[in-house]
Amino acid sequence: MLELRDIDAGYDGFQALFGVSMQVAAGEAVAVIGANGAGKTTLLRVISGLLPASAGEMNMESVSLRAIAPHRIVEAGIAHVPEGRRLFPRLSVESNLKMGAFAPAARARFAERLDYVYSLFPRLKERRAQLAGTMSGGEQQMCAIARALMSGPKLVLLDEPSMGLAPVIVHQVFDLVRRMRAEGYTVLVVEQNVSQVLKIVDRAYLLEVGRIKTSGPAAELLASDEIRKAYMGL
Amino acid sequence: MDCHLDIFFLEAVLNGILLAGLLALLALGLNLIFGVIDVVWICYAELVMVGMYGIHHAYKAGVPFPVAALIGIVLIALAGAALHHLVIRPVLDSAPINQLLVTGGVLFLLQAAATMAFGIDFKNLGIRLGSLGFAGMSFSWSRVITFVVALASMLALWLFLSRTYIGTAIRAIAQDRQIMPLMGVDSRRVYLITSAIGGGLAGLAAALMVLQYDIYPQIGLQFGPLIFMICVLGGLGNMLGGFIAAFIIGQFIAIGGSCMATEWGYATAFLFFMVAIFIRPQGLFAAKS
Repeated sequence: MLELRDIDAGYDGFQALFGVSMQVAAGEAVAVIGANGAGKTTLLRVISGLLPASAGEMNMESVSLRAIAPHRIVEAGIAHVPEGRRLFPRLSVESNLKMGAFAPAARARFAERLDYVYSLFPRLKERRAQLAGTMSGGEQQMCAIARALMSGPKLVLLDEPSMGLAPVIVHQVFDLVRRMRAEGYTVLVVEQNVSQVLKIVDRAYLLEVGRIKTSGPAAELLASDEIRKAYMGL
Repeated sequence: MDCHLDIFFLEAVLNGILLAGLLALLALGLNLIFGVIDVVWICYAELVMVGMYGIHHAYKAGVPFPVAALIGIVLIALAGAALHHLVIRPVLDSAPINQLLVTGGVLFLLQAAATMAFGIDFKNLGIRLGSLGFAGMSFSWSRVITFVVALASMLALWLFLSRTYIGTAIRAIAQDRQIMPLMGVDSRRVYLITSAIGGGLAGLAAALMVLQYDIYPQIGLQFGPLIFMICVLGGLGNMLGGFIAAFIIGQFIAIGGSCMATEWGYATAFLFFMVAIFIRPQGLFAAKS
C-alpha cells in the first residue's frame, strides 16, 4: 500500500533521514521504533507532506506522494495524527471533526462518518459542543484519532499516541489502536513505548540516527536481546 | 462642560450606539485579517477611502446606488486579495515591523494616488435620506441604515465562520498554521479568501460611509487611528472584543462630543484608550496569548 524507497529528508542544514526504505501492506499494523531524535517523527512528517523529502521515491497505492501538493496527500488516503495531538483548542469537538472532513470527497460523507466516529467514541458525542482544548489528554487523543478518521483514510499515521498520558490511559490508547486494526485500517505507528507497541503490531522498523537499522516481525524484535537492552531497559 | 441627563443626552447616547455599529464593522475587517494572517493592514482605512471614490464615480456615472455599492464591495474585495498576493505574501515570514512598514507604504501610496487622481476637493454623493423623528429626538436615516446593515453583515460573517467548511478553516488556521495541510487545507487559498473578505468588509463600510461623510483623500487618517485603537483596545485579533470596544469608544465620542465639543469627544476616547492600555496592555478582552 505504502512504499518508500531511499528517502532523504531534513531541516535547514541538517539531514534527519538517510535513504529510508520501507513498505506497509494493506491491513497491516507496522511500528517504527527508535530513540529520541532518531527521525521517527520526521519520517511521518515526510509521508504526510508536512516536510518535503529531498530525495527518493514515495508511493501510496499508485499515487506518487512527492508529485502532489501536501494538502492533497490526505485525499490519497493518508491521515496523520500528529505528535502532541494538535487539536484546534478553541474550536468545539465537532468543529475539529469537521476540519478532518475538509477535503471535498470527505465533505459529501460528513454526516455518515460523524455517526461512525461517534459510535466508536461515544464520549466525543457527549462532548461535541465542548472546546477541544478543555478536554483531558485521553479524550483529546480520541478526538485527534476521530478527526483523522473523518477523512476516510486507508492508512493512519499515529505519532506517539501515548505521549503525555497517564499509564492507565496509555493502555486505553493502545486498545484503540487494536480496534482501528479491527475496523480495517492500516496503521503505521511511531512509539517510544517499545514493549507495549510491539505487542499490538505485526512488524516494526528500528530507526537509528535517521537510518533503518533493522526490521522484522514484532514478536522477533520483542525477543531480541539487543532491542530489549537498548529500548526496553531489560 | 454642559451635561444633564436630559433628552439631548439620551440622543447623544443613541447616536453613539449608531456610530459604534460602523466602527465595529470597520474594526471587524482589520481584526479578521490580523487574527487569521497575523498581519496588521495599517492601510485598512485607505482601502475604505478607495472604495468610497469607486462608489462615488459609479454613482455619478448614472449607476443606481445599490449597484454602485455592490461594485465598491467587489472592487475592494479584489483589492484586498491583491494586497495579500502582491504585498503581504512576500513578507509573510518577515519581522512584524517590516509588515507594518510595507502596509504603511501602501497607505501613503493610496493616499497620494487618490490625491493625484481625484484632487483634494471634498466630494459628496448628494443623497439625502432625511431623518427619523422619535420621542422628540432625531436620528439621520443614513446612520440608522448604516447601523442595521453593519450589524446584519457582522451576523452574516459570524454564521459563515461558524457554519461553513471554509469559515471553520479560517478560525482553525489562526490556532494552528502548521498542521493545516493534514486537514487537506491549502493555507494560501484560505489567506487569499480571508483577505478578500476583509477587503469586502472595507468596501461595505465604504458604501455605508458615502451616505454620511464627504470623500477626500485623507479621510483614512480620520478613521484609521480610530479603527486601530478599537482593535487594540478589544485585544488585537479578537473579533468579539473589537465589537465591544467599538461601543465603548462610540460612547466616548458621542457623549464627549455632546457635552463638550466634537474634538473633545475624540480626545477623551484616546485618553481612555491610553489609560486602558497602561492597565491592560493586551487589550480589555484579549483572548490570544
